[in-house]
Amino acid sequence: MREPHATGDFCIRTPGRRIVIIGNGISGITCARHIRKRDSEAYITIISGETEHFFSRTALMYIFMGHMTYAHTKPYEDWFWEKNRLHLVHDWVTRINFDQKELQLQQQEPLHYDILILALGSKPNKFGWPGQELQGVQGLYSYQDLQMMNDTTTNCQRAVIVGGGLIGVEMAEMLLSRNIPVTFLVREEGFWRSILPKEESELVMRHLREHHVDLRLNTELKAIRDNGSGRVQAVVTTAGEEIACGFVGLAVGVQPNIKLVRDTALEVNKGILVDQHFATNIPNVFAIGDCAEYRVPVPQRQSIEQVWYTGRMHGETLAHSLTHQPVKYTPGPWFNSAKFFDIEYQTYGMVPNRWEEPVDSFYWEHAEGRIAFRAVFNGEDNRLHGVNGLGMRLRHEFFDQALRENWTVEQVLVKLGQANFDPEFYDRHHREMLQAYNQQFGTNLELEKKEKKGLLSYFWR
Amino acid sequence: MKAIQKIGLGGFLLALLLFNALLFMGQFRLTEAQLQEAVKQEHVEVLRQELQPMLGKTYTSSFSFATDFNRLLDNYNEEQQRSQQWDRVIWDDYAFALARVASQGFVENNKLLLLFLTVIMGAAGALLYILPQHRGEPAGIRNNGVMFSSNKSRGMVGITIGVYLTAIYVLLYWYPEYIVNWALLVDPLSYTLAGGPASQWFLYGTIYTLAILVMGVRMFRKYKGNNYQLLRTASVMFFQLSFAFLIPEILVVLNLPWYDLKNIWPLDYDFFFEYSVASMLGSGSAGLFLFIWGILLIIVAVPLFTYFYGKRWYCSWVCGCGGLAETAGDPYRHLSDKSLKAWKVERWMVYPILVIITVITLLTIANYFTEFALLKQSTDMLHQWYGFLIGAAFAGVVGVGFYPLMGNRVWCRFGCPLAAYIGIVQRFKSRFRITTNGGQCISCGNCSTYCEMGIDVRWYAQRGQNIVRASCVGCGICASVCPRGVLKLENGPEQGRITDIPFLTGNESIKVLN
Repeated sequence: MREPHATGDFCIRTPGRRIVIIGNGISGITCARHIRKRDSEAYITIISGETEHFFSRTALMYIFMGHMTYAHTKPYEDWFWEKNRLHLVHDWVTRINFDQKELQLQQQEPLHYDILILALGSKPNKFGWPGQELQGVQGLYSYQDLQMMNDTTTNCQRAVIVGGGLIGVEMAEMLLSRNIPVTFLVREEGFWRSILPKEESELVMRHLREHHVDLRLNTELKAIRDNGSGRVQAVVTTAGEEIACGFVGLAVGVQPNIKLVRDTALEVNKGILVDQHFATNIPNVFAIGDCAEYRVPVPQRQSIEQVWYTGRMHGETLAHSLTHQPVKYTPGPWFNSAKFFDIEYQTYGMVPNRWEEPVDSFYWEHAEGRIAFRAVFNGEDNRLHGVNGLGMRLRHEFFDQALRENWTVEQVLVKLGQANFDPEFYDRHHREMLQAYNQQFGTNLELEKKEKKGLLSYFWR
Repeated sequence: MKAIQKIGLGGFLLALLLFNALLFMGQFRLTEAQLQEAVKQEHVEVLRQELQPMLGKTYTSSFSFATDFNRLLDNYNEEQQRSQQWDRVIWDDYAFALARVASQGFVENNKLLLLFLTVIMGAAGALLYILPQHRGEPAGIRNNGVMFSSNKSRGMVGITIGVYLTAIYVLLYWYPEYIVNWALLVDPLSYTLAGGPASQWFLYGTIYTLAILVMGVRMFRKYKGNNYQLLRTASVMFFQLSFAFLIPEILVVLNLPWYDLKNIWPLDYDFFFEYSVASMLGSGSAGLFLFIWGILLIIVAVPLFTYFYGKRWYCSWVCGCGGLAETAGDPYRHLSDKSLKAWKVERWMVYPILVIITVITLLTIANYFTEFALLKQSTDMLHQWYGFLIGAAFAGVVGVGFYPLMGNRVWCRFGCPLAAYIGIVQRFKSRFRITTNGGQCISCGNCSTYCEMGIDVRWYAQRGQNIVRASCVGCGICASVCPRGVLKLENGPEQGRITDIPFLTGNESIKVLN
């Protein structure tokens, strides 16, 4: 596809320009903050109907579980916005007039903009199941979703979750924290198999079962049954089984939330089409975060990136383009993280769920089956493609450097001591891991010794 | 809740009920012989006259006894003051001592049984409740329902516990004569350990140590699988039981001053006061050793250990205040105020307190070496005021009484001058930091929420900055509750420790251009 913009006339740069951001999630807020850092004159407005203040969407589950209150999930105190002259408008945008550069709001007066940044986020997928609009059937994305989930699960005897991914496992953990038994329908043969290799998926599934999640693999949702008064009563699977439940969590992914801009002059596909500068087809209108779709994806990446970290980077990058010279979105090596109940997951670089020659893989799992490490690499030159860590913490900077500098898997494995980010006094496994590699690949590698530098080292040196 | 837990909780509550009911039990009858035995020789005659209406009279509670005593003594003292006979005023506090000797009847006769039914049964009940917790669950920290709990989020239960604890501290510090029955309870233990009757402070030490031990076991359950938390908890339990509780009593048996070998000036604010120095130096070479040990802790141990391991070596591994905060106070850790304003208040309180006690101490020492020519006895007044306001009211009443209201580190954060001193070392000359793992933070807020010192950890983590803060006690909970493995307590080279201009790993777009 074409790249419609030259960088010359990138955006309006008059002092005191009115920059309006729709959406106060991580993308929109990061963008606003970074614009303010470099442009003290711009008039910056952030509109959101969801909540007045920015909160951490990833922490919604912890509100439900009682680990935190909503107030705890706000990364900045409420005075922060006024102090930094980031004007907050708590309202829904109903219509955008791109010709007049004007926004219609549900409650308040229309707003004019010089530059418009769309950070509209996502909404949960629903695939047209019968009964998907019943009470007690929902996804989990927004603060309103959380409130609804809180209300509809009060007297729930059993919940069914559809979709084996991250939101699904979060919902399972949330419900179980309130002692609501969970049946988890997974379409694939394993949990999150579209992303995780078989062994990792199995490790996580063992852990889910430890937490008494009723896991149903190769099982799809066929329909949701009404109890006669508009509430869910049961789900029916494609195998014909009926499972009685009072709540159905739909966690089958999300899609860009672009209802606001459908059928306008703005070019959209699944998301709002943007170039590498996040510019849309309309000058001075940009889209970032979950709702943006690249016309030309960054190599090895999806055309829509729906991750906290990418949303943040979009915001940082666009803010730089709007206040300095335009710069293309150039993310470094991929990384992501999650937590499956008690097992943390971190990944750096590209670890596919399946691979073929010449790609090779080294997998190590602790005897107790709760800790695992995988390195995927090119079997010919041993160049590292990526790693997965489960139940262990890995140092981001270490793998960022290793991946940028094209280290081999062996270079990484002998330095695993430095890559470890586990808390102090935790068992170290890198010696065992290296041994496993040596056995599997017939090598004779040894760990690089790190000089000791504690108080004790001063005594026996 | 399992049946055994219900039994445990029931036992604990019954023991607590009986413990409180004890204050209203027993009889008090003061005889002349007892009076002679309990007060200084020079006061015997006066008191015998003044207390004549009380002598031989039977009181049915310590309250009526103490009320009468205080009234009679106050009358006498006021009279002397009115007639300007200052040297005849009795300043000594005899209320507790007299109530002790005068006690008789139920409590006095059943000490061992009542000790068993209150303190021991309470601790056992608590353990029965705690031990089955998280049994059969995979290792992992679950703060489920903390924000819904009346106890843990300033509900009625929390406020009640706060008021109760505050009241106990007020009685302990200023009205010990009312809790004489509690002190009687631990007499058997005191006689076994130190060969003498229990003071209110022995009682306090016993309950304090038990609280750390029992709630330490709760930490073992809650943080199972987390070696840092387990070791740290074992450490504070060990130091409390041995250094703070047993060893000082053994020192007393050996005719040495009662001394907690891990208590460091200026937390141990009276270390350099005349009476402490005199009692140490008057105890031969062992006393001299204690004195030198105390000075070495201040000038060698604090800077050295803090340089290598950070403030945590003391505050969350050794200290007694920290020990209670980290065990009994753990359920309330999230109640600390994380606002920027609270941080400002903190700095305007804790450092001035350090300055004040340093000045008082220097004046005291100067006064001592000029043979009291400098300030005469007026340093005594400074000592009393500091002891009253900071030592008792702040460290005790607010410090522990307000756990359920303001979190478990109110004293350590806003008041402790030793924490201020160690904090300065940690901030400017230490290898300790909490490393942020590149760009992995998701700003969820668990770290800040559960930081007992009120540090907004997330503010640093989400911008990729290492956390280097004077107040951080290195409890490691932020790293433990982080769902994405973003935080790690580390001792490492000073270079690169403070990242003032952080950048978040992962976005090359801007680095490319800059």
